[in-house]
Amino acid sequence: MRYVTQKVLFFVVCLWAAMTLNFILPRMIPGNPALAMFAKFQGQLNPQALHALELQFGFSHQPILLQYVNYLKSFLTLHWGLSYTYYPTPVATVIAHSLPWTIGLVGTATFIAVVVGTVLGIYISWRRGGVLDNTLPVATMFLQAMPYFWTGTILLFVFAFELHWFPLGHAYSNTVTPGFNGPFIASVLRHGLLPGLTVFLGSLSGWVIGMRNNMVNTLGEDYVIFAEAKGVSTWRVMSSYAARNAILPQVTSFALAMGLIVSGSILTEVVFSYPGIGFQLTNAVLSQDLPLIQASFLIIAVSVLVVNLIVDLLYARLDPRVRQGGETH
Amino acid sequence: MAQNSAVQRPGVPPVPSPATRPRKVGAMRRVVQIMFSNRKSAVGFCLFLFFVALAVLAPWIAPYSPTSTQFAPSLHPSAQHWFGTTAQGQDIFSQFLYGARSTLVVGIGAGMLATALSLLIGVTAGYRGGMTDTILNFLSNIFLVLPGLALLILIESYVHNSTPVFNGLIIGLTGWAWGARVFRSQTMSLAHRDFVTAAKLTGASDLRVMVMEIMPNMTSIIASNIMYACLAAILAESGLAFLGLENVSSISWGTMLYWSSQGDAILTGGWWWFIPPGLGIALVGLSLVLMNYAIDQLTNPRLRELPKAKKKVIW
Repeated sequence: MRYVTQKVLFFVVCLWAAMTLNFILPRMIPGNPALAMFAKFQGQLNPQALHALELQFGFSHQPILLQYVNYLKSFLTLHWGLSYTYYPTPVATVIAHSLPWTIGLVGTATFIAVVVGTVLGIYISWRRGGVLDNTLPVATMFLQAMPYFWTGTILLFVFAFELHWFPLGHAYSNTVTPGFNGPFIASVLRHGLLPGLTVFLGSLSGWVIGMRNNMVNTLGEDYVIFAEAKGVSTWRVMSSYAARNAILPQVTSFALAMGLIVSGSILTEVVFSYPGIGFQLTNAVLSQDLPLIQASFLIIAVSVLVVNLIVDLLYARLDPRVRQGGETH
Repeated sequence: MAQNSAVQRPGVPPVPSPATRPRKVGAMRRVVQIMFSNRKSAVGFCLFLFFVALAVLAPWIAPYSPTSTQFAPSLHPSAQHWFGTTAQGQDIFSQFLYGARSTLVVGIGAGMLATALSLLIGVTAGYRGGMTDTILNFLSNIFLVLPGLALLILIESYVHNSTPVFNGLIIGLTGWAWGARVFRSQTMSLAHRDFVTAAKLTGASDLRVMVMEIMPNMTSIIASNIMYACLAAILAESGLAFLGLENVSSISWGTMLYWSSQGDAILTGGWWWFIPPGLGIALVGLSLVLMNYAIDQLTNPRLRELPKAKKKVIW
């Protein structure tokens, strides 16, 4: 129980840190960027929106502490202001429309990468020194060293421009009606395959190599050697003795890799004009849409924090040593 | 140590014994020796040196000025223009060479800065323990879970036309958390060894113990961290530049990719525009990861390549 409280507490503090960063940054830069913004939109926005803008970016004469409290309050109650680029759509609506795309894309691609990577890692550690063991880690490392946006560009060039197998961008074609119908789902899958493949290729390496190295470590343990000596079948040694223990560190790596995967998906979404949260964030930055910048950053941070919390709690289920509070350094 | 625990924390290899401490004499020779102890890292080392040479020699080997727009636009690769020209009529090969300069300088600089910060924070936390450790560890955990690129984009959105150097600076300042965590746990396992106690008994100051006794015993882990930090920094910098968040008139591999996407290189079939810079980033990244192979095997003997002779069992 102490473990769970600790993790929840950490989540809350991280959330607070992210929100505070979001508050401090625009105020830290000399020549408040909101000022320029404010001048630019004067006459375009209605007085209410201007007032909200003032409150949000410190263009007000209230004491800073009061501003901070107001900022926290409005963010926690989902009052994120209006987007300039999609004026007069509230930022919350823009976020609500883009978040599902990112979660679907990143979630599916990451899940497949974890499963495929782990299985491949187990396999090559079993056939250690084999052809696959010598080539696969290097090949996946090359994929990892490739910038996501470049992998995406190459895939786009080959499969969409040259071969015309896939569309050049966006999440679904505008000839289908969104909803739970066959053509729409097919269109979404067709559009999602290349960006999904990009995220998959970019994150595969960590799982393959991590699992392989954990397996190699575990396979050297006395209890595994003993099991082998006892005549336990190879398949059983690999799965129940070695892989079961080797997989635990992978769970923690998963939580830590989340930030990287999200970063990669931001770039991927830009390459494929995929209407996810990363695409919104980048567009917002380029068009200086401050409310949307703040909200998308916060949502990205919160999603990563939530995944981390879930993984931490899951880890306690998987590893009894953590649950009983015997945390080792 | 590692032998007693079935589950090892990722990224925390067992502590090398003080006996493997590198001697100061011929440090360079030892580095070369380690790099060539293994085929993969040898390839990585050569690849890395090759790109460093390209970057250093750029002004002498570049055939044209990287910014000059005097050539016909969108030329295919040819003998005059090895990598073709951009839609603005710039020579891509010259841009590639000059781009290597800023990408490598920024990437390696940011990686070093991040590692220095990790050392400062991680070693202090691990050595001091108590309240200092709690606070510093908490801080690094926060930086660890905050999505790096999103944070960088957020910072960039308030700074206009940032230079590559400024980008390197903020990448270094935000990218230290992973290393700090590794160094902290490593320091914790070293802090109570006999040689550290001995140094303390001779009256060495805390700073001296940390720098002269503990850090030399983590050399391989520090080296490995530098490589990953450089890789991360190169990817982050080129990502930011690709998004157009770096001064777009600067020449780096990232800005080249930015211009290729602005110039619709994909839609006009101009593959020669976006292949070289991306391949450059990927190959430099690969060279860093490959070099790390040698270090991994140094710190974790179980990962060593199986000796070839042993496999042929004579019946």
